[in-house]
Amino acid sequence: MTPSAYTPAPQRRFNVGDLVRVKRSDPPGHRRTPSYVKGKEGTIERVCGSFPNPEELAYGFDGEPKRVLYRVRFRQKEVWDKYEGPDGDWIEMEIYEHWLERA
Amino acid sequence: MSHDPHHAHPRDAEEGPPGEHEIMSRAMQELLEEKGILTAEQVRRRMELFEQEYPQRGSRVIAHAWADPAFKKRLLEDAKAACAEWGLDLEADRLIAVENTPQVHNVIVCTLCSCYPRALLGMPPTWYKSENYRRRVVREPRAVLKEFGTILAQDVSIRVHDSNADMRYVVVPMRPDGTEGWSEEELASILTRDTLVGVAIPRAPRDADQPTGRAA
Repeated sequence: MTPSAYTPAPQRRFNVGDLVRVKRSDPPGHRRTPSYVKGKEGTIERVCGSFPNPEELAYGFDGEPKRVLYRVRFRQKEVWDKYEGPDGDWIEMEIYEHWLERA
Repeated sequence: MSHDPHHAHPRDAEEGPPGEHEIMSRAMQELLEEKGILTAEQVRRRMELFEQEYPQRGSRVIAHAWADPAFKKRLLEDAKAACAEWGLDLEADRLIAVENTPQVHNVIVCTLCSCYPRALLGMPPTWYKSENYRRRVVREPRAVLKEFGTILAQDVSIRVHDSNADMRYVVVPMRPDGTEGWSEEELASILTRDTLVGVAIPRAPRDADQPTGRAA
């Protein structure tokens, strides 16, 4: 098999360009969703694929079922109220599907 | 395997008592050695690779991308596949390459811990792991870049990439003027670690001398 940065994710809710919002949730435990983007709106930048759920892996489970991982891009001015740079600045990160809702 | 609990680990050269994670990692290594799963020599060799050989890989592969536009295109589409095609096995690292252009500058951080493309750049520098960098570069990237001596015009968009989950990132800087006809080896010499993380911009030597006015 050719190595690739990406894995297939045929069953997914979102596609590139979709507007999404990160869920406002603060459950205990190991989470990979940074708190600074919770409740913020962004767009799907790319689909990374399906990966074992890190929130399960962290506690010794097998991470199944796999979750779809997206890259989401946010306007810096959307993320930080007092952002001082220009409107065209972005921040991008990877968010698992179960943390996203349609905006 | 024989085991001497008093032998000195070379890693413990720093002053002060070992931290909790260091004790756990040492205990784990000793158990794995006792069970014959790995040897201290293998661990030492691995650390040597991370520190001496892997850091060269990033400069070489991006220099190749500068020299070969078709390879650069494939690198931007799927960096892990392009590296594999070029003979570079990134092991578990799933790599995304992001390209600087006259309109866009990219910079990489991991706010949650210190995720870093280790198979490509070796061990992360201390500043990359510092709380200061991790906390600030996401909210005031221009101020942080300025502290590294990198000043960007207001009409250049900054894309900050928080490598917070499964992917790793490398910046493909813009090839500077004055490097026409350079070999890949020469190109690699200006593609330093910091330029591949995005806190610095590679320059041809003559170009780099100008702002300091060293010639005056």
